[in-house]
This record gives sequence, structure tokens and C-alpha cells, in this order.
Amino acid sequence: MKIYVPLDAAAKALGADYVADAITAEAKKRGLDVTLVRNGSRGMVWLEPLVEIETPMGRMAFGPVCANDVADLFEGGWQDHALALGRTDDLAWMKAQTRLTFARCGVIDPLSLDDYRAHGGLSGLTRALRMEKSAIVAEVTESGLRGRGGAGFPTGIKWKTVSEARADQKYIVCNADEGDSGTFADRMIMEGDPFTLIEGMIIAGIATGATRGYVYLRSEYPDAIAVMTDAVAIARSEGVLGASVLGSGHRFDMEIRTGAGAYVCGEETSLLNSLEGKRGVVRAKPPLPALEGFLGKPTVVNNVISLATIPVIFERGAAFYKDFGLGRSRGTIPLQIAGNVKHGGLYEIAFGLTLGEIVDQIAGGTATGRPVKAVQVGGPLGAYFPRSMFTTPFGYEEFAGADGLVGHAGIVIFDDSADMLAQARFAMEFCAIESCGKCTPCRIGAVRGVETVDRIAKGDASAIPLLTDLCATMKSGSLCALGGFTPYPVMSALTHFPDDFAPMKEAAE
Amino acid sequence: MKDFIIPDRDFGTPAAKSKTMVTLTIDGFDITVPEGTSIMRAAAEIGISVPKLCATDSVDAFGSCRLCLVEIEGRNGTPASCTTPVAPGLKVHTQNAKLKQLRRGVMELYISDHPLDCLTCSANGDCELQDMAGAVGLRDVRYDAVDTHFRAKNTSGEKNPQWIAKDDSNPYFSYDPAKCIVCSRCVRACEEVQGTFALTIQGRGFDSRVSFGAKTDNAMASDCVSCGACVQACPTATLQEKSIIEIGTPERSVITTCAYCGVGCSFKAEMRGDELVRMTPYKNGKANRGHSCVKGRFAYVYATHRDRILNPMIRDEITDHWREVSWAEAMAFSAAKMRGIQEKYGRESVGVITSSRCTNEESYLVQKLTRAVFMNNNTDTCARVCHSPTGYGLGQTFGTSAGTQDFDSVEHADVVIVIGANPTDGHPVFASRLKKRLRKGAKLIVIDPRRIDLVKSPHIKAAHHLPLRPGTNVAVVSALSHVIVTEGLMDEDFIRTRCDWDEFQDYAEFIAAPNHSPEATELLTGVPAAELRAAARLFAKGGNGAIYYGLGVTEHSQGSTTVIGIANLAMLTGNIGRPGVGVNPLRGQNNVQGSCDMGSFPHELPGYRHVKNDEVRAIFEKAWGVTIDNEPGLRIPNMLDAAVEGTFKGLYCQGEDILQSDPDTKHVAAGLAAMDCVIVHDLFLNETANYAHVFLPGSTFLEKDGTFTNAERRINRVRKVMAPKNGYGDWEVTQMLANAILKGTGMPEWTYTHPSQIMDEIAMTTPSFAGVTYEKLETMGSVQWPCNEKAPEGTPLMHIDGFVRGKGRFIRTEYVATDEKTGPRFPLLLTTGRILSQYNVGAQTRRTANVIWHDQDVLEIHPHDAEVRGVKDGDLIKLASRSGETSLRAKITDRVSPGVVYTTFHHPDTQANVITTDFTDWATNCPEYKVTAVQVSPSNGPTEWQEEYNAQAEMSRRILPAAE
Repeated sequence: MKIYVPLDAAAKALGADYVADAITAEAKKRGLDVTLVRNGSRGMVWLEPLVEIETPMGRMAFGPVCANDVADLFEGGWQDHALALGRTDDLAWMKAQTRLTFARCGVIDPLSLDDYRAHGGLSGLTRALRMEKSAIVAEVTESGLRGRGGAGFPTGIKWKTVSEARADQKYIVCNADEGDSGTFADRMIMEGDPFTLIEGMIIAGIATGATRGYVYLRSEYPDAIAVMTDAVAIARSEGVLGASVLGSGHRFDMEIRTGAGAYVCGEETSLLNSLEGKRGVVRAKPPLPALEGFLGKPTVVNNVISLATIPVIFERGAAFYKDFGLGRSRGTIPLQIAGNVKHGGLYEIAFGLTLGEIVDQIAGGTATGRPVKAVQVGGPLGAYFPRSMFTTPFGYEEFAGADGLVGHAGIVIFDDSADMLAQARFAMEFCAIESCGKCTPCRIGAVRGVETVDRIAKGDASAIPLLTDLCATMKSGSLCALGGFTPYPVMSALTHFPDDFAPMKEAAE
Repeated sequence: MKDFIIPDRDFGTPAAKSKTMVTLTIDGFDITVPEGTSIMRAAAEIGISVPKLCATDSVDAFGSCRLCLVEIEGRNGTPASCTTPVAPGLKVHTQNAKLKQLRRGVMELYISDHPLDCLTCSANGDCELQDMAGAVGLRDVRYDAVDTHFRAKNTSGEKNPQWIAKDDSNPYFSYDPAKCIVCSRCVRACEEVQGTFALTIQGRGFDSRVSFGAKTDNAMASDCVSCGACVQACPTATLQEKSIIEIGTPERSVITTCAYCGVGCSFKAEMRGDELVRMTPYKNGKANRGHSCVKGRFAYVYATHRDRILNPMIRDEITDHWREVSWAEAMAFSAAKMRGIQEKYGRESVGVITSSRCTNEESYLVQKLTRAVFMNNNTDTCARVCHSPTGYGLGQTFGTSAGTQDFDSVEHADVVIVIGANPTDGHPVFASRLKKRLRKGAKLIVIDPRRIDLVKSPHIKAAHHLPLRPGTNVAVVSALSHVIVTEGLMDEDFIRTRCDWDEFQDYAEFIAAPNHSPEATELLTGVPAAELRAAARLFAKGGNGAIYYGLGVTEHSQGSTTVIGIANLAMLTGNIGRPGVGVNPLRGQNNVQGSCDMGSFPHELPGYRHVKNDEVRAIFEKAWGVTIDNEPGLRIPNMLDAAVEGTFKGLYCQGEDILQSDPDTKHVAAGLAAMDCVIVHDLFLNETANYAHVFLPGSTFLEKDGTFTNAERRINRVRKVMAPKNGYGDWEVTQMLANAILKGTGMPEWTYTHPSQIMDEIAMTTPSFAGVTYEKLETMGSVQWPCNEKAPEGTPLMHIDGFVRGKGRFIRTEYVATDEKTGPRFPLLLTTGRILSQYNVGAQTRRTANVIWHDQDVLEIHPHDAEVRGVKDGDLIKLASRSGETSLRAKITDRVSPGVVYTTFHHPDTQANVITTDFTDWATNCPEYKVTAVQVSPSNGPTEWQEEYNAQAEMSRRILPAAE
């Protein structure tokens, strides 16, 4: 009997380890031969720990399972039970998705290379190894893949720049410093399907002539660090990494580096500084990292999801991938739905759904059952959308047109009890705490921003135009997106929820 | 006044060096600049100053202040003009409604965290923040700032945790965090310009603060070397010279040349009236490119120190009190004495010592005094005791007695050998330039008994350190050549075309012998053979190879041999005659090169031409109207020997303290004591003056016009920024002395009225100076000799197409161990050196706040050697050699190897030179300061010698109250 219990950090946080221990103990007690597989998460966080058993009809899901439920489940032979959800693949959440990047996540044993191969793993790399460098780059360009970290820069163009740069050494750096509140796609893929990231990085290396890779992984993700570290060791011992990738003669090796807790190190140039052992402060661009990146050498800096999507593009072809999506936003996007939400989790789907469809249909509204007041898309620097803008389709240009951003596709839902002035203050406070301190608009501006919002809260109407001016200074004047995007949540809160900023609501009384 | 030779405005970012030119349009004006130039700099070149705070052209663009934003047609956003390079056809706008609003927004933020005490601020009138507030039209600060860094107490009267008290620990500048705008210019200057990495930013976001080392450190507790680059870079009053705080801002400035080491940094002496307010390194100075060290920038107060003697003094016996007299009386007294001596003891019984700290013009006059007035060649200079082997060795091999490169050359070096030099202490500004190159990837080989800072310091690590036993330079340099020759790593093309092939073959045969192999010499030198081989291969094949050396090469009994060995090494590897290579002696004193050039040696007339040469003598005989002796005169050691023997009786010693600086102090004292008339011409009653009969007050470099020639042969102008406090420039004093002696002889008097006339005479008589005039120096700033018809703008690099002597000459370098050997009585080897904060005998720097870093000489000793002698760190110890003994405190450190001890000679109460011996270089008599066999033992007080010395000095310095 094969039982799957996720090792995903979200599942663990909800007791998956206790459930796994209980299953082992119960099986031993009952003298049953149980194979326990610690898989990744399927992405239905409200159902975690989601336990699956393998049956001839397919994998059957139970959840959310508590350690106390385990004896009962065994007693019932893992058949009918209050927690039984039916076939995992038939669950509405799973069925409607287009899982390309996350196709294996939650399905396979993350650290089994055989399992990985059996589910199509390494076939993209095998294909890429037969291609010319320039053809690999062209394939990525053709796929329309854009940087999933938030900036949405075409991945193929970045690779082309690095590929054509002349240098004795080039690097692939994976940005796994996933610090945006409400985002977890990077973590999930690293915990649930680490080889896909490794494969993507190898292809990037071969395409650009880089022979070394680094995953800059935030220290707050100990499980991802452990899984990725083991996966790299396995890949190396199996000849996937090393002096001759899959016997091709191409050299590529990589290592996992742990960050030190600074949000701003998710910004690519501070990430590079931190990776070099320096203070994590933002570098001015130019020079672009693609030309002068890690240790001054040409460097691809890509987000986890961008790199983890590379294998499926090579497995199924650029045309296949490009076929999904909307406008200039091609392919699929792993939505991460969180906050005050009924069904939170990861949902991979082609670009193009409206925000309303995502919030109301997929997420099912708020957990509290109260009306949705606002949705913040793209992390703490993303804009707040009121219901009146729920028709906005999910796409880079479409969101930019609405003074918002897709970012890393984190979607955080708030009900009508949210105080948007407090949210605006939080945005400034977040920026103040996380600012690297290099540029003036962010270093001083964020602190003044908090103070100015406080003045508004106290009924000082003159502070509202000051806050608007400050946001204009920060937006156009800041060195990087931290200071430059903080005005998004602030100004969207101010614009769409003016009542929350009405001078001194109580003062009138 | 000479405010500007070349305007020194701030272009915001460093100049680009590309030869590809790019044309763009800024605010409608076309401008063509080298590729890689920033938009900010391009704008500055057409006179458009884009507002800026974090940018300054001494450091790379940083892009943090966000004031310099511009708009570029067809590009998104508002890029910073400092970090955005030009591109062909760009159309840039530096001023429009959006940019104006943005800049005001940024300034409003800055000012919301800045105290508004401009009127009482020390940077008032000299503050870029103030300037920028004006430039962007900031009229209002609308924020009600709660969190600030400048309020000691917050709005509710509690201590503001963000407020940090002013750091006044450094004697020369203060750091006031309350005024800091966190532009990081100081941090970047410390890293990029100085290369010390003492400053950093602590914390992040609003908590980002400039910090000396760790949060709990202050400036003095940190690695700060007080070079002042941060102070210069600071746009506000945050890092500020204390002199500015005390005096106020300067009203004018004069460009002049530093009077400390042989780097020869150009400075702006910034003045208010005749008070020197501060010294700022001049960014167009070609030796220093806008940088300085703690000595040049800050240690100038000796010029007004109360110890300075301002009136002439005489006495009949050295046991008498000094008597202050008029200049006329002092001159008459001196002239009578010297004439009397020559009448009684003969023409050869008197002589002169020229100064390596005075100007070229002054040195020229002093040697002229002995040759044309005393009518002998008894002239010598302190180069005798430092770089005379350089003159000999490079003269023999290349045909010139000077370094082959300019300092800019180091920017092109790929492998650098530093041998017997400690640039971070002795030549700090050169060290910073070297370190900058090393941080960009050049490799370094250090050959030194001590682990000097260059071996390993922040972001610097030598590829190889060869820690040789003192005295084995020749063996090590020969072993390097052995490896290069036997492994076939030499540049045969270069040798065949540029050197004498027969001599090379002779040399190759000699050097290839197994006794020169690193394996054979390892026992002798202590340098591991494998390491030496690796170093040789790196130097031979690592690209442009440059050799920099100092007194650790020359001050040995085989100093000249090592210089020849170094020249051989450069010729073998083809590293002569282009940028990035060469043989570069790091000259010790500001004008030691110049004093040698000016004919200070007893065998050479100006321009290194032997006195035996009839044609050369004829030039000077015609110019001076005298007959010049065709026999070389006495060197300093010979003068002292002759004095002890009773045949040398009178000495005019300008700006040199031979009693402290020359080896074997007891012998020097005996020689001086035996003379009838010692005339000391100096700023202070120095140690030599203890034995003087006449003291002539000297003038400082601030008080006279002239020129200094630095280690790269660069002739730099020294400009008079204030009247001489003693009444006369040194050249005038020498002229008065000459005229006093000439009086009544019927010979014409000297009639120079300005040093430029002396330079004209030098140019007229000396081919390598033929093209030098003060007018040329005004227009060019400086010029490197040879400067003549062939090279009217001077010669930055020498031996480009051929050696000065024709073919480069290889000379055999047989290693002969020094006679100074360790044994049971004196088992340790003492070597001596310098420290950053002090200069030479310390006469100047000891009279400044620099003593805070080095208030006494200490003996560095390895823990093993200390342990077996029962010596603990800080203990007073006795240091004894065959020559003498002294006492000083021990510093236990593994910088020195077991068996080697090290000290400095900056303090006269230690008198390290009582220990050093009278062994000298075989060719030039340069003393062997760097190797003395010694013993170290615990001590409980000054030695008998020190007590006697101090008693004599005290007695000798008594001055009679001025007569009513």
C-alpha cells in the first residue's frame, strides 16, 4: 500500500509530519506493508494535510487529515470516510487547471530521479542537448516566456544577451528569495519538484555558456533548502550535474546558497551583492547583470518559476507553450491565492482569467463570508483592486494599464473589515523596514510616508497632497522596485478607498 | 595667485578612457565624448551641471541620491545621469517640469532629516547640500518629521536613539552623524581611492549610518589611516577638517607640492590671509590624482610650531649657550670661520651637505657654494644614505639614474613586484594607486622580510610573499633570474633587439649555474624554492611586469648589486619601455631625486656628469667664472672620517639631520665634535645642531618658490603661499652665505632675485633640464625630465625605443654575504623601516598631532624570540649591537620572522642608528641600515648612552635670552 503525505512546508505547518508518523505507527501496529511517500503539495492548502493513497482507480485524496484521524482511516480501509474527497484528479480545483510548470508537483516523490524521469523529467534537457546554443535561446524567445519574478522581462532576450556576451566565465543565478507576502509558488516547486528547477538551470547554462549556477534561497525556507540541497547532490551523483551533463560533454554544476533574511535581496542586483558576500544593497543599472552580474561576469538572473518552466517548454515545444495565454502574456501562471479566502492555494492556469473569476469562482470568496473589499495582487508592492476593477484580465499589460502589477502572481484577499488607510501605512512601513537604504526616496521617503499617513489619520487634510507628491517622488525617483512600487498599494488605497482616508472620521463628532 | 592651472571642477563621474567617441544631444547641444562617459559628465563638459549629491568624479557612479535624474527621448522613466552611459544619438533633457518636481521632492526629503543650522555650520558656504537646495529651488519642507537623525532629543523630550554624538577622536577631522546624508561618498572614497575599507554603512533603510568599522568603534579605533579622502569627498559638514571648524572657510588657494615623501603630491594650499586653513590634494596633480596621505594633508602645523627657530644664532663652542644675532652678524661670523678654516687647513677642509627636502634651486646653490666658492667638490646629500645605489645600478645598466615610469603606469601593470619597500607606510598615495590596480586583478609579489600590509589587507592579497632573510636580496633576485633563464621564460626578442647580446650571454651563463637556483639558495635566504619559482614564472609570463623597490634594496652592503639584479630582471622579461612595466625606485624624500639631479654628489656635476669630464666642467666654469676641481670630493662618511682625523673642519649642512639619520651615531657625533665650524640650516634645533656653531633658520615649503622632483622624475612647482617666518627663503640664505664668503675676494657676488633665475641657470647648464622653465611649469603643471629639444613636454616613460646608454647592459650579480653576521653575542638580525604617520627623522611629524599614532619607536619581535628572552609585549628592552645600545619598548608580532627584529628611527630619544653599523654598499657607501646583528634583553631604563646623549642635547640647546 502506497500512501502520500506531503512534505511541503504548508502541509507540515498543518501537521503533515504528525500524520506521517501516525501512519507509520499505525501500519506497524496493524502489520501492514505501507510505503510512505513524502510528496509535494497539490496546492489545495485548505485541504492540507492532504493524504493520498494509490489505488487501481488512481490516487484517492483525504483531507484535511489530522493525526487523530489516522487510526479511523486505516480502520475504514481508506475507503469511505468523512475526510474522503475522491480521486484527486477529479477534484474541481485540480481539474480546471492547466498544470505545465507544476505538472509533477504533488504527484512524484520529489527526490526520486526515476520518478522524475517517469513523468517526463529530463526529456526537455535531452532535447536541448541536441540543439545549438542559439536554437535553445530562440526556442525560449519563441515560447513567449517572461520573467515570473514580477518584472515580466522576456526570458529569451535576457538569455540572448548573456549568450552573446564574451567572458571567461558566466553564471546562472536562480532568484529563490521569494519574500512577497502571499506568494509561495517558488517554495512549492522547490519542495515538490526540485529537479525541474535544476533541469531548467542546466538548459539555461547550456544556452548561455554558463557553467556554474547558484540558487539564492531565502533562509525562511528551511524545507526547500533541504530538498534542493539533496536534489543537487542526487543530480550530481547521477551525472545530471557535473563535468559532463548526461554524458554530453557540457559542464554545469550548481549550489544552493542561503540568504540572510533581507527582503530587498530578492531584487536581482542586491541579490548578486549578497551572493558575493557583500551588503545587500541595490546596484544601479546599467551595467545589466546580463553583462556584469555575479562577480562582474555575465549572469542570467531568473526567478524559480521562470527556470522551472523551461523544461516543459523543451519537452512540449515552444509553440505548445505559447498557445496558452492572453496578448503578450503567454503560457500559464501559477496563481497563489491567500489572505482572507475560502480556498487558498496554488492554481496554475493560462493568463487571461479576470480577477473577478479568480476571486469569486476559484477562491470562493472570503473565509469570513463577508464581502470582498479589496484584492492585493503582486505582493506587498502590488496595487489594491476594488470590486469595480474585477473585470481586469490577468495579464502583464492589462494589470499595468490598471495601475497595478501581476508581480509574482500573489493574490491576497481582504473583506470589508479591512482599513485601507492602515494598509497604506503598512505599505510604507514595510518599505521603511525592508529598504536597503541606498537611495533617498526609499530610505527617507518611506519613513516620512508612515508619518504622513499618520497625519492623515489624525485628520490633517493637508497631508493628503503631500502623500501624493511623496508617492510621485518615490515612484519615479527610487533606484529599484521596492521604493518605486511602494506607491502602488498606497495610491491605489487612497484612490479607490477615499472614505478610509477621510480626514478625521471621528473628528466631526 | 595661482588658483587654477587647469580648472578643477567636479565632473561627477570619472573620465572614460575609450578611444571610441560618441555624439549625443543634451538640452539641444551636441556633445562628443568617449564611449563609457556618463550623461552627467557629458553634460558637465558642455557646462550643464545636473544637480547631484552622491556623485563626485573621484569615485565611480553610485546612483543613490536621485537628484541627477534626466529624461531621454524614447526611453522609459527618469534614469540617473550619473549611472547612465552615453549612447549615439541620445536626446537628453536635464530640466523639465517633471524633473524639477522630482528633484524638489528628493531635496525636501533630505532636508526633512537635516538640522537647519546653516549659519553656524562649519560647512556654511562650502556645502553641496546647501547648494543643491538652492539649485532645485526648494522653498518649503512640508513634512512634520518625527524620526530624525539630527535631534538629540525627540519631540517628547526623550533621548533620540537615532542620534549619534559627534566623533572627535581623530585629531584632524570630526565625524558628525547628525549632518550625514548617507550619500556613501566617504565610504566609496575609503574603498576606491584609499583602499583601506575602514568606513562602511551600518544598518539598512533609515537606520543606514556611516560607520568607522563596527558600531562601537570610533575613527581612531578603526582601521582608518586618516588619509582624509572621506573628508574631501563629504558634501556636507559631516566629515570636516577641524581646522575649518576652528578657522572658517578659506578665501583663496595656491597649488603647490607636498614636502614629505618622494611621491610628490600636488596640493591646493587653501588660505585665509596668511593662515593656512587646509591642504587639499589637487585633482589635476599627475603624481597623486587628487589623493593624499595623513602627512601631506594634515601634518603641516610643524610650519608654525613654537619649536621653530626664527633668528640666526651663533656660538664659539658647542658647550656654550646659543646667542641670537642678526643675519648680518651670523653671516659674517660664518664667513670668517669658514675662510679661516680653509686658510689654515686647506681648500679641501670644508664642505656642504645639500638637502633632499629643499628645492632643486636650493640644492643647486648649495653644491654651487662648495664648487664655486669653497672651490672643492666636497658636497654630498642624504641620497648617499638611501638611493645612491639606484643611481649607480640604473646608470650602469640603463644609462639613467632614475625610475623609468610615471605613477600612472601602475594602472597598466599586470604583475607587480614590490621588493624592499613598504608603500602603504612609506609612499601611501602610490600604495593606494597600486592597490586600486590590484583590486582590478593585477597580481602582486612581495619580497620583504616582514609581512607588510600589502601582503594581506582588505581586498588585497599578494600572490606570493617571499620572506627573505635580511641581507639576501641579491641571492633572491638572482634566483628569480635563474628560473627565468633556465626555464626559457625570457623575452628573447627584446633582449636581442634592445640589449647587448654578448653581455646577455655572459650573464645567462653566469646566472644559469646551479648555485643560483632557488633550491640552492633556499637555506641562505629562507625563501621556499617552490614559491620563488612560482613567483618567477608569474612575473615572466603574467603580462606587463613592473618592479617597485625601496630602501630595503639599496641600504645594504650589496645595494648596488641588487639594483643591477632588478634591472637584469626587467630586461630579461622585456619589461622596459612601455606603460605598465619598468623599474621604479620609490624615493624616500620629497626632493631626493632632485638633489641628486642637481649635482649634490661629490663626483658629479648637475645632470649626473662626472667632474673629471673636461667639457662638462667647462660649461660650469664658463657660467660661474671659476675653475672647478676635477677630482671628486668627499662623501659624507669620508667627511666624518676626515674630521675625526683632523683634516676636515667646516661643514654647511642644509636641511638634513645626519646625527639622527646616518648610521653609527657615535661615529657621526665624534666627527661633528671634531669640526671647528658646523653651520646647520634648518627649521628646528635638530640633533646635528647639538654640535653646531652657527644655526641659520630655515623656511618651510610654504614660504618659498621653487621646484621639487619626485620619484617619477616629475618637476613640480613649490609656490610661496606665505611670507617666510624667518625672513628669508633657504635659497636666499645660501646666497647670503656665499656672498659673505665672497666679500672682499674680488669675485662677483650672487645676484639671484627669484628661484626661476636659478632654474634658468640649471636649464642652461644641464641638458636633461634644458627645456624646463617656470613658464612651462605654469602652463603644463609639471614636467618629467629629460625635458629638452627632443622632448619639449618631458618624458613620462623612459627607454621607449632604446636605452639611454644605447644597449641595455646585463651585469653579473654575484652574491656576497655581508660581513655583518649573527653569532652567539648578537643572534638576531635588526632591520629598520618607516611608519605611515611619521616621516624620516620625525622633525616635522613629531611636531604635529601625528604622534597620536606613533609616539615612540618600538621593536617588533617574533613571539618565539620574545619568549626565550622573557620579553613581554610593551616591555622596555635593551637593543644592543657591536656599535652601541639603546632601549625601547617591545611589540610582539609575527609580522617579523623568528630571528628578525624590526624598528623605525623616527624618534631621537630612541636613536636606532646608534645600533646600526658602518658597513656600506661596495659601490656607493650607502649604509647598511637594513642588516645589523643585535641582541635583545629586558631592561629597566634608558641606556647609559641615551642618558649621556640626552644630557648633551639638553645642554647644547640652551639659548641665551636675547640681549636688550
